[in-house]
Amino acid sequence: MSIDIKTAAVEEKRITFDHIARKLGEGKKPNRYQEVVFGQQPEEVFHYRPTWDPERELYDVRRTAIQMQDFEDLLDPRQYYYATYVIQRSRQQESQEKNYSVVEKRGLLDNISDELKENIKKVVVPFRHAEWGANMNNFHISSYGFQTPIASAATMQGMDRLGNAQYLTRIGLILSENDPAILDEAKELWLHDPMWQGLRKVIEDSFVIEDWFELHLLQNYLLDGVFHPLLFQHLENHIVTRGGAAFAMLTELFIDWYAESRRWTDATIKVAIDESDQNSKLMQSWTEKWKPEVVAAAQRIADAVFADQSEEVMRSILDELDDRSRKLGLLN
Amino acid sequence: MAKNQRRLNLSQKYQLMTRGLDWETTYQPMDKVFPYDKYEGIKITDWDKWQDPFRLTMDAYWKYQAEKERKLYAILDSVVQNNSQQNISDARYLNAVKIWMQGVTPLEYAAFRGFNMLGRGFRGAGARVACQFQAIDEMRHYQTQVHAFAHYNKFFNGFNQHARIRDRAWYLSIPKSYFEDAMTAGPFEFITAISFSFEYVLTNLLFMPFVSGAAHNGDMATTTFGFSAQSDESRHMTLGLEIVKFMLEQHEDNVPIVQEWLDKWFWRGYRLLGLIGTMMDYMLPKKVMSWRQAWEIYWEENGVALFNDLARYGIRMPKHHETATREKYRITHEFWSTIYQFSHATALYTWLPDEEEMDWLCAEYGELFEKLYKPRYEYWRELDARGERFFQKRLPVVCNVCQIPIFHTYPDDPCKNICLVSEYKGTKHQMCSEGCKDIFDREPEKYCQAYIPPQQIYQGNCGGATLEDYRKWLHIRDEDAGEYYGSEDNQLWEKWQAEAARV
Ligand SMILES: [Fe+2]
Ligand SMILES: [Fe+2]
Ligand SMILES: [Zn+2]
Repeated sequence: MSIDIKTAAVEEKRITFDHIARKLGEGKKPNRYQEVVFGQQPEEVFHYRPTWDPERELYDVRRTAIQMQDFEDLLDPRQYYYATYVIQRSRQQESQEKNYSVVEKRGLLDNISDELKENIKKVVVPFRHAEWGANMNNFHISSYGFQTPIASAATMQGMDRLGNAQYLTRIGLILSENDPAILDEAKELWLHDPMWQGLRKVIEDSFVIEDWFELHLLQNYLLDGVFHPLLFQHLENHIVTRGGAAFAMLTELFIDWYAESRRWTDATIKVAIDESDQNSKLMQSWTEKWKPEVVAAAQRIADAVFADQSEEVMRSILDELDDRSRKLGLLN
Repeated sequence: MAKNQRRLNLSQKYQLMTRGLDWETTYQPMDKVFPYDKYEGIKITDWDKWQDPFRLTMDAYWKYQAEKERKLYAILDSVVQNNSQQNISDARYLNAVKIWMQGVTPLEYAAFRGFNMLGRGFRGAGARVACQFQAIDEMRHYQTQVHAFAHYNKFFNGFNQHARIRDRAWYLSIPKSYFEDAMTAGPFEFITAISFSFEYVLTNLLFMPFVSGAAHNGDMATTTFGFSAQSDESRHMTLGLEIVKFMLEQHEDNVPIVQEWLDKWFWRGYRLLGLIGTMMDYMLPKKVMSWRQAWEIYWEENGVALFNDLARYGIRMPKHHETATREKYRITHEFWSTIYQFSHATALYTWLPDEEEMDWLCAEYGELFEKLYKPRYEYWRELDARGERFFQKRLPVVCNVCQIPIFHTYPDDPCKNICLVSEYKGTKHQMCSEGCKDIFDREPEKYCQAYIPPQQIYQGNCGGATLEDYRKWLHIRDEDAGEYYGSEDNQLWEKWQAEAARV
């Protein structure tokens, strides 16, 4: 009916919702990330106590010992909301898919040495269980985490970890030409081989951590901070330099993914540390509590793969982690 | 060189990609790793019997959902660019959208958080993964809705304060308490309540009218996110049916527990949907179908058939379903009459049906409407004409379970108001129906905790003891509430219409 009107500017009564205006200041236009992470978690008038946690409210700030003036400060620098997240992942997945089918169709993994194949079977494939553990842990964070920025980002991180576990499964199946026995063997190792028991123990212990921020620090910072470089930087390098170049095509996404997810992990940790001395001390104590176990677990795997170079590999991983920790204020 | 390798079928592949990843913990006992899935008394003897309702791997999910999001956001952008808010049927329609944003979008959010808990909480890996997909889907739903409605907020009232009134407003306690009831229960009850009772049994009564209503009334933004969400919803419905069958098949002791939940959540869901029925009957300038008709199709035919299917597990029809069916001729009129009288304490506008709408209501609801409700509306119209638009001065008594104002009448007498009372620990609690009273009496410890807005207001806990104080506490201005005709939304709409006519 009104073609002319549509092209004309229509006067707006307000720029955004009240709670966003309170947050950003009057006159500021929110972007779509801000529109969905602020003000969405119910704040008051809770009708019933959870039967599964009768001491606390449904959404309760006390599910972590970390204290924040405003938990909505734990923002994601990637500014992922659902649409941007799935679109980004689908793009990455598309290019990754090409790599997988090239390796699969051309049989590029066939010609690598048996020793390298053993590395993939015994180290890379069992690690899918660790990614599955990371899926569970991030769903704990998304369930009990306070406020939407952490809850939504942890949901996406949790889904990412399921994706990672599934990509590792595919690597195994490509190597075995779809014989699922390779996965059974890897699971046996995961459950019983001494090399994996350190990691499996830390992960199972992490399953019973209630404090979601402690879990975030352990899973997304410490465990990832040691194991992702170990597997997808050092082990990958080891395989590639020994004639397994095709392997890099399969793990490229893990490197990109880790570099990206680190930004979120670091940003959230930094904000909480900068908030108060108390937070910072707490996080340091968590780091002191868990880091030795994580490092010992990684050491066992490094020893098995890198033999006499194991010291050097671990040194380089820990140097990098310590650097990062110093920047964040986790280490003085 | 093409390779000739063995093939895995979809279900084998899916198995390896999900459940194959899981293991029995030994460094920590499984009961500590999954502390919440036994206390409700549901017995699962073999999680491996779980049938995965949708076999999605992450790569397929990302790809499929990204496709949908690209299309959806292209339309949302074009709505902004073309000022498509001017193409709706009438600004009265937006009150349906306001109810959605104030009351239903928060439920999408609650579903997002609730399914996260199940995505971590269930011991069975297959069930866990299914819940994770639903969790992130629900995150999608609340986000796309906020994005779609953000544009309407720029022009119309009743959207801007939604985050505050979501928690505080008396009429929004109806959906809020519903979902919090489910979330504070254990994981099996939650999923029975939400995936089965709400999404599988009743969703058609919620989603279809709202989304088709949006399409009929020229609301592109809502229509688009609604249809886009539908393929997610069909996954959720499948999950609902699967979980209920699974519980029933796992152990005979589960049958009576599940039956009690089905009774409770049928009634609670039915009460909640009365709000949506009212929206369908009164808020859509262009009607889709009446509540009565929707009830007949989606409950009396489809719902009943579903329960008949479940009879082989020893499940009977939910308690009080006859009452719900008997009420189909009156519930929306009783509800609208209530909102009409109390809309000065909401962030909604209300109005009286015009002649044409009155005829439609008579045709849809017959004698009862003509005899009972039409004269009431005509009386109010006379008052309105004399400049005495009718508003209640006091707050309504609300049901301690469903939190709806107690305007209901006896199943066999639509002229006699019902109010049932249960006493618990020396305090009297009022309920709107036998259905709600049963729910209260089964778990009095839970429902006596409920935050009942009128009681809280009169105790001065909501900014003061008067309606005026209360409204201030809600951040609702005079201009956001009450009668539609003459409201700011109405004036703006008239202005746009006049400008369009001039062109
Ligand atoms: Fe939804
Ligand atoms: Fe849903
Ligand atoms: Zn009730």
